[in-house]
Amino acid sequence: MSQTNIGDDEVDIVIGALHADLTSFLNEWRPLFSRFHLIIVKDPDLKEELKIPEGFNLHVYTKSDIDRVVGLSSTAINFSGYSCRYFGYLVSRKKYIFSVDDDCIPAKDNKGLSVDAVDQHITNLATPATPFFFNTLYDPFCKGADFVRGYPFSLRSGVTCALSCGLWLNLADHDAPTQALKPGHRNSRYVDAVLTVPAGALMPVSGVNIAFNRELAGPALFPGLRLAAEGKLRWETVEDIWCGLCVKVICDHLGHGVKTGLPYVWRNDRGNAIESLKKEWEGVKLMEEVVPFFQSVRLSQAAVTTEDCMLEIVALVKERLAALDPVFARAAQAMADWIKLWKAVGSGSGSGSSPSNG
Amino acid sequence: MAGTPATPLLKDELDIVIPTIRNLDFLEMWRPFFQQYHLIIVQDGDPSKTIRVPDGFDYELYNRNDINRILGPKASCISFKDSACRCFGYMVSKKKYIYTIDDDCFVAKDPSGKDINALEQHIKNLLTPSTPFFFNTLYDPYRDGADFVRGYPFSLREGVPTAVSHGLWLNIPDYDAPTQLVKPRERNTRYVDAVMTIPKGTLFPMCGMNLGFNRELIGPAMYFGLMGDGQPIGRYDDMWAGWCTKLICDHMGLGIKTGLPYIWHSKASNPFVNLKKEYKGIYWQEELIPFFQSVILPKECTTVQKCYIELSKQVRAKLGKIDEYFIKLADAMVTWIEAWDELNPSGASAEVRNGPAK
Repeated sequence: MSQTNIGDDEVDIVIGALHADLTSFLNEWRPLFSRFHLIIVKDPDLKEELKIPEGFNLHVYTKSDIDRVVGLSSTAINFSGYSCRYFGYLVSRKKYIFSVDDDCIPAKDNKGLSVDAVDQHITNLATPATPFFFNTLYDPFCKGADFVRGYPFSLRSGVTCALSCGLWLNLADHDAPTQALKPGHRNSRYVDAVLTVPAGALMPVSGVNIAFNRELAGPALFPGLRLAAEGKLRWETVEDIWCGLCVKVICDHLGHGVKTGLPYVWRNDRGNAIESLKKEWEGVKLMEEVVPFFQSVRLSQAAVTTEDCMLEIVALVKERLAALDPVFARAAQAMADWIKLWKAVGSGSGSGSSPSNG
Repeated sequence: MAGTPATPLLKDELDIVIPTIRNLDFLEMWRPFFQQYHLIIVQDGDPSKTIRVPDGFDYELYNRNDINRILGPKASCISFKDSACRCFGYMVSKKKYIYTIDDDCFVAKDPSGKDINALEQHIKNLLTPSTPFFFNTLYDPYRDGADFVRGYPFSLREGVPTAVSHGLWLNIPDYDAPTQLVKPRERNTRYVDAVMTIPKGTLFPMCGMNLGFNRELIGPAMYFGLMGDGQPIGRYDDMWAGWCTKLICDHMGLGIKTGLPYIWHSKASNPFVNLKKEYKGIYWQEELIPFFQSVILPKECTTVQKCYIELSKQVRAKLGKIDEYFIKLADAMVTWIEAWDELNPSGASAEVRNGPAK
């Protein structure tokens, strides 16, 4: 496997607009976004008109587009709030997607230089991942690094990277109890590394700053696990965590990689953790069931595409989780509906993938 | 929040083990950080040579004659003319923790220009829990300024005891001979400000240049194998110990961390000499990695020693076919445990801890 060349015309930048006025957000990102096509999906709950500055190559989707495309095909899928971005993933026709929350701006690295998050994500997706053996110098394809002594040569070509998970300076993506206990805590540590999350290891994927190969990961990134009291702050959601676990389990099965680390974005202070905490502990409680469930998922040899894998996970969710909480039964239904929707509307640039051998 | 408590020195609980064939002038640079600790010097090569240790250090020194005298026939398990002999130091130590360092490793500077107290960082790593069951995307959550991310189950936040702290190197990176030949001028200049737990089930290449461990928890697994004089292989001592140790840690519910601290590695060994030592290892590791990935230790193995003896049986049975060397190695593994138990008769065995089922 060698490095892939990813052209600008193969990338869509998908923004879920939870705020109507995107002027300052888009102006901050302008130097990095201007050469790409943007898909902006307006939260269907947002009443005001979107304010978008000039000079971008973009497409805006609103509630009426969502209703038209999805129609009555699913009662389980809800695109409101943070989930609106998934509509953008569905209608994109590009091979790669970068998505960032609309309360984030470009960060600066530890030398004070502006971080080109899009470029870093593209590099992460274009270079192989190495999930089968841990490299202690992190990403071996980075300039100035390599595989260390003791790294098997047969594993050095790596596998395709399906998902690139970035991080956040300032307001880190902690849950509400953690942030509420340490209200002044801000993440100021810039860790200059990208690494592959090893096969078999699961992690909480934050939707705040991610990029992915749409063909490989698209069918597994969807509005699934919706909390009863889900709100418009990340503290009040776990939908991205659920998708991320699906993606990782599927990548492990199909032999694709997931990277984490650079790039950082700067996440603006927003919301009040204590208020979110008062609302609902639901997300925190659900994780206690969700994580052991995904750790126990075993997919069959017959599942050779992301869609196949998703359908097997749906069956397992129905069998093992649905009885525990209605939110899981709805998630299973949403997953099944999403795969139908993806096959009908979404698989533009090719469907699924065959497993690659690591 | 209260100020950060100072890291305990552990000066009566930690030994520093240094293998050497030359004078230990490098200790002058480490004096501010090492002087309070007891050193165990394992002198390899010609026992009639006198090793000069700078004044003011408290140490015991063992040469080959001492090793032969103390172990008798069991001395056959300790390598000669290879830094693998360092594990003799682990065996004779009476302390709870070990830090081992090579004699061409010096104090590094962090990005602010401050000298890095590597030993202090290793102690921090060893005294805080590891998190092998779920990957935290902000790395070690117990570090100052870090925490668990949203989605990390609260039931997993207590972590498990840390058995090993694997440090890294600036300047000369730990590359194998082929990589050294292709990139003779590459230097590791990237300071990655992170410590992280290597997930359960994931193997890694453990480098013995800058390594700390809890001898009570994992000491018997830190056998550095048969290398050097009379052996077909070299430069795989720490690799072997690392694979065995990781396997046993995973079984026993213990954690291994990697990342900080950095030391400054000053000497690049000759790549042609290295190639001669390593080349069998380069082929053999292609079989060794799948072997280690497939080893299952039975539930009855409730101590590190029992795990290690069981592992030696599987090495004999499954690797003996690759080369007779592995039969000798399996014998040496048993001899090592016998010698360890003789020299450490009341050694505490760590209980098996069970993590969530995978």
